Amino acid sequence: MRGGVTRVRWRLDFLTDRLTLAVAALVALVLGMPLLKPLFAALFPTLDRPLYEADSFLALTVDHLALVGLSSLLAVLVGCSAGIFVTRRSGAEFRGILEAVATMGQTFPPVAVLAVAVPVMGFGAKPALIALTLYALLPIVENTVAGLEAVPGSVLESARGLGMSPAEVLFRAELPLAAPVILAGVRTAVIINVGTAAIASTVGAKTLGLPIIVGLNGSNQAYVIQGAVIVAALAVVLDFGFDRLAALSVRWRKA
Amino acid sequence: MIAFEGVTKRFEPWVAVDGVSLTVQAGEFCVLIGPSGSGKSTLMKMVNRLIVPDAGTIRIDGEDIAGLKPEELRRRMGYVIQNVGLFPHWTVERNIATVPALLGWPKARVQDRVAELLDLLKLDPRRFRDAYPHQLSGGQQQRVGVARALAAEPNILLMDEPFSALDPITRGALQAEMAAIHKATRTTIVFVTHDMDEALKLANRIAVLDHGRLIQFGTPLDILTNPANDTVRDLIGREDWGLKLLAVETVGQRVRSDGEAFGQPVPGTAPLRQALAEMVARGTDRLPVVDEQGRPAGVLHLSDLVRP
Amino acid sequence: MAAPRPTILHNRVALLLAAAVAAAALTLPFLSFAPNRLLSGRGIPLAGALAGVVDAPWGWAALLPGAVILAVPFLRPSRAVSAVYSAAGVLFAAGLVWLAGAHAAHLAATSAPAARTSFGAGFWVMEAAALLAAMDGVRRLGLPPAWRIAVGGATAALVAAQLAAGHLDQLSILKEYANQRDVFAAAVLRHGLLVAGALVPTLLIGVPLGVLANRSFHVRRLVFPVLNVIQTIPSIALFGLLMAPLSALAGALPGLGISGVGPVPAVIALTFYSLLPIVRNTVEGLDGVPPAVREAARGMGMTRRQVFLKVEVPLALPVFLSGLRITLVQAVGLAAVAALIGAGGLGAIMFQGLFANALDLVLLGAVPVILLAVAVDAALKLAVSLAVSLTGRRAA
Repeated sequence: MRGGVTRVRWRLDFLTDRLTLAVAALVALVLGMPLLKPLFAALFPTLDRPLYEADSFLALTVDHLALVGLSSLLAVLVGCSAGIFVTRRSGAEFRGILEAVATMGQTFPPVAVLAVAVPVMGFGAKPALIALTLYALLPIVENTVAGLEAVPGSVLESARGLGMSPAEVLFRAELPLAAPVILAGVRTAVIINVGTAAIASTVGAKTLGLPIIVGLNGSNQAYVIQGAVIVAALAVVLDFGFDRLAALSVRWRKA
Repeated sequence: MIAFEGVTKRFEPWVAVDGVSLTVQAGEFCVLIGPSGSGKSTLMKMVNRLIVPDAGTIRIDGEDIAGLKPEELRRRMGYVIQNVGLFPHWTVERNIATVPALLGWPKARVQDRVAELLDLLKLDPRRFRDAYPHQLSGGQQQRVGVARALAAEPNILLMDEPFSALDPITRGALQAEMAAIHKATRTTIVFVTHDMDEALKLANRIAVLDHGRLIQFGTPLDILTNPANDTVRDLIGREDWGLKLLAVETVGQRVRSDGEAFGQPVPGTAPLRQALAEMVARGTDRLPVVDEQGRPAGVLHLSDLVRP
Repeated sequence: MAAPRPTILHNRVALLLAAAVAAAALTLPFLSFAPNRLLSGRGIPLAGALAGVVDAPWGWAALLPGAVILAVPFLRPSRAVSAVYSAAGVLFAAGLVWLAGAHAAHLAATSAPAARTSFGAGFWVMEAAALLAAMDGVRRLGLPPAWRIAVGGATAALVAAQLAAGHLDQLSILKEYANQRDVFAAAVLRHGLLVAGALVPTLLIGVPLGVLANRSFHVRRLVFPVLNVIQTIPSIALFGLLMAPLSALAGALPGLGISGVGPVPAVIALTFYSLLPIVRNTVEGLDGVPPAVREAARGMGMTRRQVFLKVEVPLALPVFLSGLRITLVQAVGLAAVAALIGAGGLGAIMFQGLFANALDLVLLGAVPVILLAVAVDAALKLAVSLAVSLTGRRAA
């Protein structure tokens, strides 16, 4: 029932909703970190420079998100396509090897994959991007295949029998039904990549890990905390966001 | 009208359908029956090209379907399967509207058609229109499945053991409704089952298949009175064969104009089995018969039930 | 219907791998030769590496399995072909390493000691393709997944034999190892200690917590959100955030021997991260015990403790061990990151290489980390299948 009182309550719920709070906290930290300079100066009186000022935290956050976002997008495009391909009749023979690679690859520690990218491709954001994309591919491929496999055969049969073309079956039936599982894979990939992107500062990419690395190398704990707090908040925001998306993707199941 | 001409299908190394030729008349309710592995499902699925024959031709109204685009062919037919296969993420309404949406019907027409079908399949729109499949019972889901198949007003309806997974009561209700729908719409129905009772109840003609070959094709009465071989006899069931025979013929076919009888009359359209049951219940050997308008039509004698 | 078209192509996966091998052999550098550690090297194609190998017959023999891999796509599939394919994959993988070692030795004979011969992109692609070919062959034979581990093991054994024989000593990664031998050994030991050191508190805290969460809905509702948030926090951030409080604590209580840097914050953070998989899988394992079995056991007169030890634990074991596997593999990786806060371990070698632009050092750190993670994963998978066969339960 929709009424004035209900609508107001909905607005207030929005304010206390944990995703909103997390986003607010993140924005506050990113934009307001310079305001906390006196606090850090007080906590760490021995430091000359209690605030990381070589780059703006906003720029670092944007760069970090760009690296994570781009690698995830590429991984979704390539990974979902690969997952779709191996669940079609024409691609079925590649499925075994693809699943084996995806499972095995996930035992490789992401930091090691990132490091190995350097001897092969050099330093900078590009090798980091490739390493992150490759690593994100694994759970996405695995989950795309699992999600598509879980679509009941009767749904596929009736869809084809009613006259849907293979493309229509894929986009109107299979993918919407596989979406929750695929989304879970994307979530895993993104959360891992947020952490790995921070470490990517050691291979020449500019991300939120930079204050942390600079702080660790120069024994500046304030820098470390500033970088750590923001990147942790970013990860939490993304996690809550995916939680929300996951709930939306199974709305029909909760009816 | 659906014509199978020498249709063969192999799934190496075994032959699923072996040179089957038969013609389903327009508006006919044709049941394909046979033991497991007899090729009945395979044969039916060749009508909508879900399976492609290795040899032979299938014509619909004279046109060879091999030349048609499969999707277009299927959109002209209804398809109902045992496990229903409703789209779990769509409401009942959207499920039913699947083919009309694919065909690009205007929204108003779709909505009207959905309302019509919900009514036809005895589903209360207020309860079911916006419900999701997981909220429905098995019988309700299959009603939606049938509605979905009929949505685009197809000339041909293909049904693959649609009621086999349901409990006997629901199955009986849906069978009765299917018979009524057939009578009302005169759609050509190809219906696969392994249950002879279901076949005898619903079919205009029954095609008995075994190991991919057509053994017999005839009316229920033909099948019962002249079974072609032991396979057919086994399908009928040897013990109550006689009773099944009584289920197929009606009182009107054996009524005599002479003689007297008393008590509640029995309608001419009732099956003989019902009349026999009445006689046993009342302890009498004759029953008065009335026609559809309720006027006296004669008397049914017990001795006429058994024809030498 | 017409007879099936005669096909020359029988195995598209093998074709893909063969194409990768061919492309890598022809276009990518097999090895890279640099006059010293700091300069980038010039590429040496596969053909070049062959020409330089003195005992030419051996060189060609090392490549023969490669020829098999190129031919398999066109062979009619059969068990024999798949078996040969697997063997060829293993032999080619080992053969490429052998060839690299031989050519490195050849180059070392005519150049300065500071010169470096390292693996090129072509080597890595061909090596990966060879291993994938071996695994695909095993899969087509229908053998259980444990055989894939065997394939890896066989290749590792052949490479280990070459290492032991000193054949690979002129490759840059081994020259680096030679320089860092003690450091490397200490790093491996430290890495293992970090993982083991975190495992003990994780089990001591996590398992009881899991048992409690299985019994009490309230505990479950409290524990999982907290552990989930911890798991989301990037590892480097958690390491960083622990530094300040621990330094403060160390300053206040110097006698305890803790500090903001080094193994202590690493082990603490590792424990936090390891709790979620352990608790979650303990709960799942216990949840998976059918209530009917529990009831039957109680009905037979077993005490609660006996039911737990004799019924619940064995049945929950496969799922629990799966969680342990996830935990340990994760811990191996996290321990590498912990090197950034001074915890030592293989990560220290890796990051030292990154910061000094010494790429072989990077490999000397990173490759063992990967191998360690894979080995731990394989070992625990075997443990899980052992538990499954002993208790007749399916793992998660």
